[in-house]
Amino acid sequence: MSKLRGAEAVIKALEREGVEVVFGVPGGATLPLYDALFDSSIRHILARHEQGAGHMAEGYAKATGRVGVAFATSGPGSTNLVTPLQDALMDSVPIVAITGQVARASIGNDAFQEADTSGIAMHCTKHSYLVTEPDELVDTVHEAFYLASSGRPGPVLVDVPKDVQVAEVDWHRTKHVNLPGFRPTEEGHVLQVRRAIELLKESEQPVLYVGGGVIKAEAHAELLRFAETANAPVVTTLMARGAFPDDHTLALGMPGMHGTYSAIIAMQKADLLVALGARFDDRVTGDPTRFAPKAKVIHVDIDPAEISKVRRADVPIVGDVRRVLEQMLTEIEKKGIALGSHADWLETVKGWQVEHPLHYEQSADGLIKPQYVIERFWAATGGEAVVVSGVGQHQMWLSQFWRYSRPRSLVTSGGLGTMGFGLPAAIGAKVARPDETVIVFDGDGSFQMTCQELITASTHGIPIKVAVINNTNLGMVRQWQKLFYNKRYSATDLNEHTPDFVMLAEAMGCAGLRATTPDEVDGVIEKALSIDDRPVVAEFRVDPEESVFPMVPTGASNDEVALGSEDLR
Amino acid sequence: MKHTLSVLVEDKPGVLARVAALFARRGFNIHSLAVGPIHETGRSRITLVVDANQTEQITKQLHKLVNILKVTEFGSDESVEREIMLVRINADATKRRQAIDAAQAFGCRTVDVGVNSITFEVVGHPGKLAAFLNVMRPFGVIDLVKSGRVAMARDAKAESQSA
Repeated sequence: MSKLRGAEAVIKALEREGVEVVFGVPGGATLPLYDALFDSSIRHILARHEQGAGHMAEGYAKATGRVGVAFATSGPGSTNLVTPLQDALMDSVPIVAITGQVARASIGNDAFQEADTSGIAMHCTKHSYLVTEPDELVDTVHEAFYLASSGRPGPVLVDVPKDVQVAEVDWHRTKHVNLPGFRPTEEGHVLQVRRAIELLKESEQPVLYVGGGVIKAEAHAELLRFAETANAPVVTTLMARGAFPDDHTLALGMPGMHGTYSAIIAMQKADLLVALGARFDDRVTGDPTRFAPKAKVIHVDIDPAEISKVRRADVPIVGDVRRVLEQMLTEIEKKGIALGSHADWLETVKGWQVEHPLHYEQSADGLIKPQYVIERFWAATGGEAVVVSGVGQHQMWLSQFWRYSRPRSLVTSGGLGTMGFGLPAAIGAKVARPDETVIVFDGDGSFQMTCQELITASTHGIPIKVAVINNTNLGMVRQWQKLFYNKRYSATDLNEHTPDFVMLAEAMGCAGLRATTPDEVDGVIEKALSIDDRPVVAEFRVDPEESVFPMVPTGASNDEVALGSEDLR
Repeated sequence: MKHTLSVLVEDKPGVLARVAALFARRGFNIHSLAVGPIHETGRSRITLVVDANQTEQITKQLHKLVNILKVTEFGSDESVEREIMLVRINADATKRRQAIDAAQAFGCRTVDVGVNSITFEVVGHPGKLAAFLNVMRPFGVIDLVKSGRVAMARDAKAESQSA
C-alpha cells in the first residue's frame, strides 16, 4: 500500500478499470481531478453541458456494454446530470458519474455551488456515494464500477469533496470490493427451468417476449437457438431491437403502443409468454388487466423485483438471461424433449403479418415522408450502421422502418423517453465504435434540446451523421392533440421558431445539408455518408401531418390497436 | 393485514433515507418504523410494519438497496413483537388510586406524577398497548408517545412460550 493524492488515485483507479474515455465539464470542485487527468492517457471529451456528458457516457455504454464515465463539478454541474442518471436507471445502462463536492467542512453550510448530490442521486441511481473518508476513495471507485456493470446494470454516482481530492489516500495494489448486500443471482433455479420446459411443451401458441436484458446479457446467439428450438415467434421491444434479426421468419418486430399489428395481436392471443429480460412496461402491455389474457407467463430476469411486479409469473426464473437460455436449451437437448412445431400458430401469425404490415403512403403533394428518409438511409448503408434516436415520432419510425440484424445497433432512450438524448448519445457511440457509421435520427424538437453538442463533435473530430427529421412541430404531442384533443395544437408548432439547421450546422463546424422534396433525399444521404472529416447535419423537411401507426391509445387494451386515424373515431 | 419486516442493514450514512425514499417513490405505506444498532459493529436493524399485500414487492425492492443485507418477513405469530408507550392522563388526587390500580393490572410502571396528571410507561405487544389505552381513555388522555415496533423471530427449535 502506498499513498497518493485523492485526485490522482481516482484517475489511476479509472485506468485500472480500463477506462479509455471520460465525458465531462470541469468546474471549481473538480479542479484537482482535472489536473490529475491532464497527465493521464484517458481521453477527455469536453461536452458543452453536463447533460450532454451524461448522455455521451450512456451512448458509449449502450453501444458497447462497457461502463461509460462522466465527470461534473459540484452544484449545477451535478444537478445537470440528473436526467442522464435517471435515463440510465430506467434503461439499465452502466455508467459511473464522478462529481466534485464542496470541501467536507463546508458541506451543509449552503456553500457556493453546493448541492446534496449524493442525496439527489439516491433517487436516480442504482447506488450513490459521498466519500468522506479519503482512505475509502479508491475502493469506492472500484465498487462503483462493479455495481454499475454487475447484475442488472445501472448508473452509480461517486461524489468526492474537493479536500478529499487533494488529501493523501491509500492506494492498494489490488482492487478491493466489499459489498455484502449485493449478490446477483446468475444461474436459474433448476426446478424452475424444468417447469418452464413443461409449460413450453404444453403450449400451442407461445410468444417470446424479448426485452433489453437480452442485449445486456449478450444472449442473442442463445436466443436465436432457443427460438428455433421452440418454434416460437419473437417480439423485440424498443430496448431489444437487434437482439433477434428482423429478417428471420419468426421475427414479428416491436410490440406495444406503436408496435406491429402481428406482434401486438400475437401477444394478445398467446397461450404462453416467455418474457426474457423484459419488464412488462406500460408501453408494451397497454391496459395490463387486459394484456395477453390467455397467456401463462415464464419470466426470466436478473432483477427479482421485476418478476411479478406488473404481471404475475407462472414460472419465475431469476438469473442472467443468457445463462438461463443455455440451461433451458441443455435441458431440452439432454432429455431429447420435442417441442411442438406450432405450425398452425405460426401460419396464423404469418397471416397477420401479411394482412397488416407496417406501411405508409407517399405524399401526393410532394412532401417527404419521414419513414421514407429512414428507409433510404437503410438502403444506402445496407443497415451497416449504429443508429441513434431522440424521442418522439421519429424514434418510433426508426424502430419500425429500420431493419435490425445485430445487437447494439440501436441506441435510444426507452424508459425515460428523454428528448435531447440522441445527439450526445451518438457522440458517445461513435467514440466507442469509431469504425462504425453512426447516424442519429432526431426530431427538430428533440434535436434543439441538446444541439449545442454539435460543437463537441466537430472540435473532437467525431464524424457522426445527424438526420434531422424536421416536421416543424413537437410531432408526437401534436399527434395526440390531433387524435384526442380535437386538433387544438397548443404550443406544439415550432415552425415560426425553428432555426436554419444548415446554418446552425456550419456555425458549429459541421457540414449542413437539406432536402425538401422526395427526389432530393437520396442525394443528400449520399453526400452525408461521403463526408467523413467532420460531422454532418442533414435536415429533411417532412410532412407535418404524418402520424405514427399502429397505435394503442393510453389506457386502452392492445386488442383495440388502431391501424390508422380512421380506427380511432 | 399487516406484516412486520426485519431488515438488517450496513450502518452507513443515508441508509434510512434510502429506505424512506424507496417507500415514498413506490407508494408503499409504513405503519411503524424503528431503527437501532445491533450487537455486531457496523450493523443496524430496521423494523418496519407494512401492508401484508405489499410485502413481496417491498422485500424485493429493499433487497436492491446495496446497503441492505437481509430482509425477514414475520407473519402474525412468528415473532415476538414489542412497542413502548408513554401515556399522560388526567388524574388529580381523587382519581390517582383508581388509575394506578388499572395500570398495575397491565404491569405498567408509573413514571411521573403531577398535581393533576399521572404518566405511565407500558411495554408490550401492540395489542396490549391498545387495550391499555382503552382503559385509560375515560380518564382523559393529555399526551401520548409511542415507539416504533421492534420484533424478533421466535426460536424455531423450541416450542417457545407466547408472551
